[in-house]
Amino acid sequence: MFLELYRVHLFIMKFFREAFTPPYEGKEILKQCYQVGYRSLALISLTGFITGIVFTKQSRPSLAEFGATSWLPSLVGIAMLRTLAPLLTSLISAGKVGSSIGAELGSMKVTEQIDAMEVSATNPFSYLVVTRVLATSITIPILTFYTALVALLGAYVNVSLAESTSFSAFVQSFLESITFLDITASTLKALVFGFTIGMVGCYQGYNSSKGTEGVGKAANSAVVVGMFLVFIEEVIATQITFLFRM
Amino acid sequence: MLQKPKTENRNAVITIRGVQKSFGDYEVLKGADLDLYEGENLVVLGRSGTGKSVLIKIISGLLQQDSGTVEVLGNKVATLTSKELMALRLRIGFSFQNSALYDSMTVRQNLEFPLIRNKKNLSKAEINTAVETVLDAVSLSQTINQMPSELSGGQRKRIGIARTLILRPEIMLYDEPTAGLDPITCIEINNLINEVQARFKTSSIIITHDLTCAKAVGNRIAMLLDGHFQQVGTFEEVFASTDERVTPFYDYNFIQ
Repeated sequence: MFLELYRVHLFIMKFFREAFTPPYEGKEILKQCYQVGYRSLALISLTGFITGIVFTKQSRPSLAEFGATSWLPSLVGIAMLRTLAPLLTSLISAGKVGSSIGAELGSMKVTEQIDAMEVSATNPFSYLVVTRVLATSITIPILTFYTALVALLGAYVNVSLAESTSFSAFVQSFLESITFLDITASTLKALVFGFTIGMVGCYQGYNSSKGTEGVGKAANSAVVVGMFLVFIEEVIATQITFLFRM
Repeated sequence: MLQKPKTENRNAVITIRGVQKSFGDYEVLKGADLDLYEGENLVVLGRSGTGKSVLIKIISGLLQQDSGTVEVLGNKVATLTSKELMALRLRIGFSFQNSALYDSMTVRQNLEFPLIRNKKNLSKAEINTAVETVLDAVSLSQTINQMPSELSGGQRKRIGIARTLILRPEIMLYDEPTAGLDPITCIEINNLINEVQARFKTSSIIITHDLTCAKAVGNRIAMLLDGHFQQVGTFEEVFASTDERVTPFYDYNFIQ
């Protein structure tokens, strides 16, 4: 257990060392950003939209009892931006991207492709790990805001079926309810989640062994450990954000 | 078949002295000594698990020995900084047992990869020329746009060799180049190893169990037994031995 934690510590330290050491892999980072976004976009769009619809549908009766249905955009906006969007995006990315990174690097490890890269004078850690972790750290915050917007659209669709509300008024109500702290906290949280998902996927894949069995294990661990850590980080982040709100 | 050059009185490009390596309680190499001379093909023979592949991984810096020294082209591998090791690796080609082609890249991208990474001043035209030259050297020009999954085992081996040749290494390390191939393809790979030696002036270590390959490509043979090189010499010298750990290799391979 402690030995494993020590290895993780070394892996993370190596990431920061390599991330700031030239040559920088700009082109590969962009390629990985595209991959991360492309892999998750369809599922995130669908999940975000459905969440917006369902959340509004479930909240509406309670608010209607107090004659407060006009608060729906604010409620959806705050819930999505503060918690649901970062969490949904990260969980989907852990499933889609984390597992894919774990399996890809695991497969490269057991088929000696990583060794081949090393003997051809390429730093495989910099090329494979740093690029992927940076890509998830950059892309997941962007996807988080995209999820929030799609959920808002879903919420508007649901609201507009029940009453006539203009989209601009709906968005206006949402914008009035969110603060700079909400946006900052959400961005930082998504960045940490993205870093975690990328790091866990890379760590599991890069250190996989025992042939094809190891590849499956790496992909599975990338998802399970990634999701578990995201939930823990969510709890910690929520506590920290509340301290700032007080 | 190409004539094998004589290798006497040449400089050693790799010098291995007293190399020991253990994995847990299992001691694989127990003080191995070996020299690779400039321009020669040195075949390392030995049973599975005797540390043949470990040895070439130590030479290329993928593994580190527990004790002893490995000197490659005048550099003590274990003492090099990562930057120096990278520079040395540009001078060493490593052909993996399973070829280790990058699955997500086409043959062209596989071959371009080491060049793009290490020779940043090359133009697109120069890279294309280099790719076409090495593909021609392994007689697989037609596969340039194929994915590794579309290639046969023999083709994958050849492309793996081409990928290492593109950086024009001075030393080639072949890990089981004929493993899992049919006899005809084995002969083609053996010829290719000899062609590489003649055309690119490489010094090579070839790890194999295959005596046909050993006889066809080796200027010298080194038998790795019990963690030491017990017999080193020409094919005929090594298999003239009456050592009962050596003779079964010959007997079971039906060499005439």
